[in-house]
Amino acid sequence: MATQDIKLKVDASGLSCPLPILKATQGIKTLQSGELMEVVATDPGSVKDFAAWASSTGNALVEQDSANGKFRFVVRRK
Amino acid sequence: MDETVSIVLFSGTDDKLTAAATLAAGAAALGRPVKIFLQYWGLNAFRADGIVGDHGLAPEAGEFGRAAVAAAAKAGQAHWAETLRMAKELGEVDIQACSASMEILKLKQSDLDPIVDGVEGVAAFYINAGEGQIIFI
Repeated sequence: MATQDIKLKVDASGLSCPLPILKATQGIKTLQSGELMEVVATDPGSVKDFAAWASSTGNALVEQDSANGKFRFVVRRK
Repeated sequence: MDETVSIVLFSGTDDKLTAAATLAAGAAALGRPVKIFLQYWGLNAFRADGIVGDHGLAPEAGEFGRAAVAAAAKAGQAHWAETLRMAKELGEVDIQACSASMEILKLKQSDLDPIVDGVEGVAAFYINAGEGQIIFI
């Protein structure tokens, strides 16, 4: 996925639950339908949390990966 | 299924307040309506002049627990009142003080932090909870 497609980057590194999904909720509200947001978190619980958050809110988790203790999620606004 | 999550917040120590704020914020982020009903020491922690003060920890925390919680706060874990404020901005979170507890603690709504939306009795709490889950902390 081309980086320029990402409209908003949210850094939730160092924040513990529930702040990563709160920051994601805050961020997604600023986007239009179809736009992409990238969230980077260090909380290991965020992997399951983002899956749950996406399925519950209807926003699509289109990409995720992890490296060096960082978890990255790309979400497309519903 | 009614998705409303209702939390009865009775306890007034910072660990339990943080746990309640986490549950409330998580539900709000998922788009669920959240009701928080403040009783006794939970209510007392929402005094306007003391919401960010030290409310101590549950007795089982002990030395180890106090050190762990202090380290988390130092590492930047959000204060429970801040988590609740964010949750209110992002979702539907309604915080009500129990009218009987207000009476016992001799409090008026003007004594409470503005994060508290109002005062209600237990019947109103149950009606608003509907068929949704009720969590007691």
